[in-house]
Amino acid sequence: MDALELARWQFGITTVYHFFFVPLTIGLSAIVAGMQTVWWRTGNERWLRLTRFFGKLFLINFAMGIATGIVQEFQFGMNWSDYSRFVGDIFGAPLAIEGLLAFFLESTFLGLWIFGWDRLKPGLHLACIWIASLGTIFSAYFILAANSFMQNPVGYRLNGDWADGTGRAELTDIGAVLTNKVLMVTFPHQIFGCFMVAGAFVAGIAVWQLVRHPDRDADAFRPAARMGAVVLIVAGLGTMISGDFQGKVMTEVQPMKMAAAEALYEDAQPAPFSVFTVGTLDGSEPILQLEVPRLLSFLAAGNFTAEVRGIDSLQAEYQQTYGPGDYRPNIPVTYWTFRMMITAGAVAMAAGALIWWVVRRNGPPRVTGRAARWLAWTGVVLPLLPLFANSFGWIFTEMGRQPWLVFGLLPTAAGVSPGTTVAEVGTSLAAFTLLYGALAIVEVRLLMTYVRKGLPDADPPEATDDEDAPLAFAY
Amino acid sequence: MELTTIWFVLIAVLWTGYLVLEGFDFGVGMLMGLLAQDDRERRVLLNTIGPVWDANEVWLLVAGGATFAAFPEWYATLFSGFYLPLLLILLALIVRVVGIEFRSKRPDPQWRRWCDLAIITGSFVPALLWGVALANIVRGVPIDASSEYVGSLWDLLNPYALLGGLVTVSVFVVHGAFFVALKTTGPIHGRAMSFGRRSAALAGGFATAFVVWTVGRDVGVATVVLGVVVLASFVAALANALGERDGWAFAGTTVTIGALVVLLFTALFPDVMPSSLDAAWSLTTTNAAATPYTLKIMSWVAVVFTPLVLLYQGWSYWVFRRRIGVHHIPA
Repeated sequence: MDALELARWQFGITTVYHFFFVPLTIGLSAIVAGMQTVWWRTGNERWLRLTRFFGKLFLINFAMGIATGIVQEFQFGMNWSDYSRFVGDIFGAPLAIEGLLAFFLESTFLGLWIFGWDRLKPGLHLACIWIASLGTIFSAYFILAANSFMQNPVGYRLNGDWADGTGRAELTDIGAVLTNKVLMVTFPHQIFGCFMVAGAFVAGIAVWQLVRHPDRDADAFRPAARMGAVVLIVAGLGTMISGDFQGKVMTEVQPMKMAAAEALYEDAQPAPFSVFTVGTLDGSEPILQLEVPRLLSFLAAGNFTAEVRGIDSLQAEYQQTYGPGDYRPNIPVTYWTFRMMITAGAVAMAAGALIWWVVRRNGPPRVTGRAARWLAWTGVVLPLLPLFANSFGWIFTEMGRQPWLVFGLLPTAAGVSPGTTVAEVGTSLAAFTLLYGALAIVEVRLLMTYVRKGLPDADPPEATDDEDAPLAFAY
Repeated sequence: MELTTIWFVLIAVLWTGYLVLEGFDFGVGMLMGLLAQDDRERRVLLNTIGPVWDANEVWLLVAGGATFAAFPEWYATLFSGFYLPLLLILLALIVRVVGIEFRSKRPDPQWRRWCDLAIITGSFVPALLWGVALANIVRGVPIDASSEYVGSLWDLLNPYALLGGLVTVSVFVVHGAFFVALKTTGPIHGRAMSFGRRSAALAGGFATAFVVWTVGRDVGVATVVLGVVVLASFVAALANALGERDGWAFAGTTVTIGALVVLLFTALFPDVMPSSLDAAWSLTTTNAAATPYTLKIMSWVAVVFTPLVLLYQGWSYWVFRRRIGVHHIPA
């Protein structure tokens, strides 16, 4: 393997790993804030206990998010220095703004929320978690603005060419970058995706508690399960609708990605949606395939008769435009990650509906024996489904962008740091993979410990001026 | 003033903020094994930085992001050139976060020992390497005509840079000790004051040598004045520590670190990364900069949001102003 390939693996591994923690941070901060709001409004202690319980799980997850987040900003420069030179004038700005607007808000106000239970008045304390939650959403917006530029470069002009080693893309219109049509559809899709993860997390844990410990705090976990299931289903619908818009924009600005998602080699009018294919994906011969006639035309263009461009004709066109080369992404990866994203999301929504049905009435859930075991397992597996759907979606969208780093402007191979050696990138890749693997074990075991413990006691915190009162929260 | 100069100053400000704030976090982290005698006391130490350390670390992210946005060439050359030191810093910062956040999540003493080790190493390594890195930037490193770093790891381990690393480690330890003294009551307070006083001699020695060397490389009114401020504020910190005025002692080391960073950036200007091979290949505030349009937008963002950040971050320090002792730590 050369440094380019190692650098790509490192970016993939560290980013997918980092993104295990991000959706839960974005979604769960708002749900915990919502729980605390219910307590604040009603004074009902079970909502305080739920806030504390899910708040603790949120913080265990958030810690991993920060720990793995710094790497993200550093590795553009470390492994992708020529990319950084080429797009820095445009790409650096949203990153810096993300830090200044979002990360400071998140970190400061979470610090205030975690340690401030007895230092702040209840309303102000509640405001802190809402502000931190807002910070996570700002963060998503600016980092997606940066990514959307890579999918669909706008608001720039080229000064020279990457091939001569001195060229770069220069910002001409920040408004265009911040209202990129890809951003406008990706942002809602991503935020809904985050809330699916958080809803599934809350519903899954709550239903597991209800089945395993029906006599312990059922009056709290039941509304929590309902809340989680409703968030999951509503966010799931939002993800579907925004995903549909996204597909149409993608067909317009990156038709090759849509063709790769479908492994559609020849132009088709109307185009069928491939549910699955067993056989060869290199375009030679399908052995077994299931198709829905005309559906792809609808997904791509909004009507059932539209033509959808195929890989072969796009490849020929790109060779005309960009010169000789292979402009096809890795088709099996794009084809299958696209399907796995949709499947995992859909199964999660079905499981959410099931859980909502089981807990829709008050009183202990009427499930016993094998059904109870199945339900408990559903609770365990459920949070992973939308989480993996997020991963698959990102692997699809980034692999589908290949061989471009910035679509149409900079090939991936031209962005890698020219000076770094295989030994350096290899060391770094090995170190991160091993450390992240070890941390995954630590993280999962901690989460499981605190999930099993159940709700903590409720001692309504009071802002105190007593100099010697113990801290409400301490490391 | 030109926009590129303004952004050079802003990046210096961000590094100053980062090293002053995270400087005491690192100091407290390194002192985990030295100032505390049992688990409860270690928790007191950890909780002095508990509510604020994460926001302090964001200064680094913003400094990195601002460098990327305002001086893409600088960001690209620096981060790809200092590859292995930055990798070590990243790994250290990761284990440190995990140590701080997860330490109290399990009562197992062995677990807590592991976390202490993560916090101590995770604080020591970046404290050392940031000093080494900054000193190397000022000193100049082998950069070729195409802005690529062409040296090896060993080129970064020269005496001047290593001395820079010793300065940051030792000054952060003193800074951290005075911070602990300012934030605690009881036996830890006394131990922190006395440890700060005793280690100040060593840190002062390193700092004096480094300041003289730095000013000597680039003699001018500004560098001489800043060098004097660095050393005078450190002496003032020590004098206040001897007089048991912990707040003033901490203010003193705050000025020391701030003036030291400003000294380094003053010595650096107008280069951002001088080449030791040929002065014509040096990266400067002009040839490494982003376009005026990008700098203008970033300036507006900075003008509007930096005061807001300072305001709410300052408020969070005010909220958690109370000193803590072992009796404050819940079981």
